[in-house]
Amino acid sequence: MFETKSGVFFVAGLAFFAFAFLSNALVPHLMYRDLPEQTVAELVNGNLRYQFEDLAQRYPEPFQQVYGTPPAGDAADEWFDAKCAEALELGHDVYVGEGCWHCHSQFVRPVSNEDRRYGPVSESWEYQNELQRPVLFGTRRVGPDLCREGGRRSNDWHAVHFFKPTDLSPTSPMPQYPWLYDGASDKPNERGLALITYVQWLGSWLESYPYYEEYERLPLKDAELQAANSESGTGVAP
Amino acid sequence: MSAAISISPTAPATIDEHQLVDRPIIVAYFLAALTYMLVSLAGGFLMAFQLIQHNPLQGIELLSPGRWRMIHTNAIAYGFIANAFLGALHWAVPRLTFRPVFDRRLSWLIFGAWQVVVLSTAGGLMFGQAQALEWGETPVWIDPVAQLGLLLVAINFVAPIMRNTGPMYVTLWYFLAAFVWTFLTYAMGNFVPEYFVTGTSAGAVGGLFIHDLVGLFVTPLGWGMMYYFVPILLRKPIWSHGMSLVGFWGLAFFYPLQGIHHFLYTPIPMFLQYGAVISTIAVELVVATVIINFFGTLWGNGSAIVGNLPLRWFYTGMIYYFLTCFQCALQVTLTFQALIHFTDWVVGHAHLVMFGVFSMWLLGMMTYLFPRLLGVDWYSRKLSEWHYWLSAGGMLVMAGDLILGGLFQGWSWAALQPWEDSIAVSQPFWATRVIAGLAITGGQLAFMFNLYKTWQVSRHVRTKAAH
Repeated sequence: MFETKSGVFFVAGLAFFAFAFLSNALVPHLMYRDLPEQTVAELVNGNLRYQFEDLAQRYPEPFQQVYGTPPAGDAADEWFDAKCAEALELGHDVYVGEGCWHCHSQFVRPVSNEDRRYGPVSESWEYQNELQRPVLFGTRRVGPDLCREGGRRSNDWHAVHFFKPTDLSPTSPMPQYPWLYDGASDKPNERGLALITYVQWLGSWLESYPYYEEYERLPLKDAELQAANSESGTGVAP
Repeated sequence: MSAAISISPTAPATIDEHQLVDRPIIVAYFLAALTYMLVSLAGGFLMAFQLIQHNPLQGIELLSPGRWRMIHTNAIAYGFIANAFLGALHWAVPRLTFRPVFDRRLSWLIFGAWQVVVLSTAGGLMFGQAQALEWGETPVWIDPVAQLGLLLVAINFVAPIMRNTGPMYVTLWYFLAAFVWTFLTYAMGNFVPEYFVTGTSAGAVGGLFIHDLVGLFVTPLGWGMMYYFVPILLRKPIWSHGMSLVGFWGLAFFYPLQGIHHFLYTPIPMFLQYGAVISTIAVELVVATVIINFFGTLWGNGSAIVGNLPLRWFYTGMIYYFLTCFQCALQVTLTFQALIHFTDWVVGHAHLVMFGVFSMWLLGMMTYLFPRLLGVDWYSRKLSEWHYWLSAGGMLVMAGDLILGGLFQGWSWAALQPWEDSIAVSQPFWATRVIAGLAITGGQLAFMFNLYKTWQVSRHVRTKAAH
């Protein structure tokens, strides 16, 4: 067996590989098979809706250009949910395509004081959704972990930061992303709005959201939005 | 060269070496490999200059350091290492089996297809179409083509191996297994976590993939080549056949079991994490036997590595291999992980493996093979020496620098210092890395210039012969 073609091909090549795959990949899959996998639409929650509507307030023209105007009355709620899911999905694609995940991890470990810096240690159910195909654990932190980032900073902060990180954090080695804007940091384009939505989503499913900053709801200027929110009860931060 | 032919007892009485080995395709693969080496270096520099806040090409979408970081890693794995290995396989497999590859037209089809795969990967990444798995970023639409290409590669090289009667030399164990493993690994990484599993389980598969790509594609091909070239260059057999057996079967069993060690302290079940840690430490013992075997082979001929440049490349790579595996046995423990995970320590480790070991072996093979492919000796021995010293020295500095820098980053984070402090503490290490990178690049440019001049000489010799 040890020096024959069939031994090398079947035992080393196929059998050992299969053994490793079954024990290391199939076992966790079976263990977590009862955790439901959430769709993108199911991932939209009150916290995220709040941030998304906040984007509509702060960047009315770019927002309208990309998503149009919300319908009046009850339909607004559904409309915002749908657009928010759309933004979240595109934001994820931008996050992946720009390689954000090569410098920012998305899991908090139970060691090295990480729960004190970032928030609660990551758990398996948090990753059971469509946006974790493949999972965005990450392997390197040039910048901080982002899985508890949502709600810590305002949409304005993110808009300026993605446009030119050194304006907010002078020693930041993070690259600029001007192509997510139409020329200025207060004019995020479709991808820009989507990426901000995605980052604000990270950790929005936890009660501890937002973890760091005191977080106050902004007065919504638009009467229709206000009406839609008070009726649906969403869009209010916990 | 003649030593290789005496390995198998099934050698036909007379054999035309030029009919056996397709030389032009080896040259084509090596030139493609070196081109991607330059692409990879360019990507590395974009990111390296970005980190020290001196990126002159800031704000250009298609040259974004984030995207080019992915091109950097993909170009070295699929562009340089895969192409160079395919070239070297076209030299080694026919000589070990006394049979040409399955079909020479298929060889060129594979060559073309593989360049399409690598170029489309680079292009797709440049235009922001990545998938979220390291080395699996390959855009969705290229995956099936790459998978088919790997199948054809396996057919082309496994055919002569299967037709070979008589005992199989160690190299062929590694090659045969590598063709199976590479195909399976690519399929596992590029389809399973994207389409079949999600979340934590996808993390487990992703860990297996990034690990197996090194362990089951690059490593067996690399060691297979070492078992082939080193005895030829030293003109003596491998020291211990038993140890060769231990090395191969130890790798085959333990290597595939380690992938999860890339994601320790994640929500992946703890018993699987422990399993990965234990298999990793086990494989370091196996590695030690392989290293002992090769140094046992060198024993008594140590001075050969002074004069014989390819041999020096090979043994330097082996020393780096031992260092990086020893490093791995330490860093894989949960104690070390708490400190060094997410830091440049790991980046240093990755560079030591992919450049310090496998790229250096492949550059050594090119140093050995180009004179044989072109029919003339190297234009300048001095340039070859510069190539070696700048590569080996630059790599040592880069790896040492990043490994050390990683410790400081880890301590800064654990001490809950503001994030900016961990950036500030990294700056001198990042600056040193740029300098080491420049040295390595200088070495490769010296090599390429030397190659160009050698080719000129060979052309001159050929035209003279024609007259």
